[in-house]
Amino acid sequence: MSVTDKVIEIIAEQAVLEPSDVTLESTLEDLGIDSMGLVESIFSIEEAFDISVPFNANEPTQGDFDISSVASIIAGIEKLIAEQG
Amino acid sequence: MKRVVITGAGTINALGHNVPSTLEAMREGRCGIGKLEMRDVERLAVQIGAQVRGFETEGLFNRQQLALYDRFTQFTLVAAREALAQSGLDFSGELAAKSGVVLGNSGGGMQTLDENYRSVYEEGKNRVHPFVVPKLMNNAAASHVSMEFNLKGPSFTVASACASSNHAMAQAFQMVRTGMSPVMVTGGTESMLCFGGVKAWEGLRVMSKDACRPFSANRNGMVQGEGAGVFVFEEYEHAKARGAEVLAEVSGFAMSSDAADIVMPSKQGAARAIAGALQDAGLNGEDVGYINAHGTGTTANDKTECSAVADVFGPHADRLMMSSTKSMHGHLIGGTGAVELLACIMAVRDGVVAPTIGYEDPDPECAMDVVPNEAREADVRVALSNAFAFGGLNAVLALRRA
Repeated sequence: MSVTDKVIEIIAEQAVLEPSDVTLESTLEDLGIDSMGLVESIFSIEEAFDISVPFNANEPTQGDFDISSVASIIAGIEKLIAEQG
Repeated sequence: MKRVVITGAGTINALGHNVPSTLEAMREGRCGIGKLEMRDVERLAVQIGAQVRGFETEGLFNRQQLALYDRFTQFTLVAAREALAQSGLDFSGELAAKSGVVLGNSGGGMQTLDENYRSVYEEGKNRVHPFVVPKLMNNAAASHVSMEFNLKGPSFTVASACASSNHAMAQAFQMVRTGMSPVMVTGGTESMLCFGGVKAWEGLRVMSKDACRPFSANRNGMVQGEGAGVFVFEEYEHAKARGAEVLAEVSGFAMSSDAADIVMPSKQGAARAIAGALQDAGLNGEDVGYINAHGTGTTANDKTECSAVADVFGPHADRLMMSSTKSMHGHLIGGTGAVELLACIMAVRDGVVAPTIGYEDPDPECAMDVVPNEAREADVRVALSNAFAFGGLNAVLALRRA
């Protein structure tokens, strides 16, 4: 399974949606994922890819990890896999 | 209804091993937060905390006691000894039968849990020390205080996460106010700074990796602390009859539940507790000079708390002072309200308001006088202590100058 497919699967499960309902352009807000849902998704992503995602819920827009859309999240994960893999 | 006064106070926390050293540190705006020292600290993403340092148990507890006392119980007994010594009370006869201990605590014997889980899961041992259960149970500290001081009345432990101490002290206050007990020993304790305790908090992604900066625009989370605070709550006439020194009067309290979210705070829930405490104490908003904030240093808490205070106090919110001493002693979770009550006592008794240290950038969503970085002399007649716990459980206490 590609990184994109796996991330979409994780996000879809968190949002209680079908993976086909999650697009690369979707924002977490569109999908109804709140800050707790985001923290849980990041945990699942870290477990799935064996990476550590720098994310602090107090400053979600700070740091390198861009959570503005599904595509930006995937790009961030691919970068972390390349760095930490 | 009886009046309730505080006739003894004790503490141990990252700022000091007793009340005078803790208050001195608060006056000087010292920070007790530093690099954590513990086993496997290198495996933690969050490596800072407000640890109690230089704590030697030798001479404080004997071998048999140490076998039974988790660190949270040790902290409690140190604080209780100081508080009871200051009060000058001895418990026997009817006084002993009616006086008890109500303490706040969240995690119980976390050090004991951590060590023994390691031993059976990591090291594969099949045997643990026989006293694991009596060491780790949440009520162990309250029970040992009752034994050491012969307190035979109502005694138990209250767990409401970060509001545990305030709920406990509110309960003790009620017992004295209604005439049920002439004296109650109360406060709270926590020792969660062990690998598992920090790791669990780390998972929630709300911890700062560098500092606790409540109300500052660049705040980035909470920092854990540890320790205990213990007080003697005594019925006013009882204290007066024996000529006891009164530190402050406890004049009211209120509790509320947000009934909304397990971690996100609610402005309405917080405001109801603050307004309720004023009403219970028979105070007007204008009477309040100082609020010891819950002030965790998270984005969500600090702005919600300021907004709740603004709602309750209206224009007076711009005149009163509100600081978060967690910037200095960290967040003691179940013990935090007890250590923070010391700052309220200092405000009403000594006329010194503890600062919010680490304050760097104003946040328009926290537009209050947060007593940034330096303590201030002020004539404070009434102080409130806020506690808003995970789970949406809130408890606010009101103290008045004696």
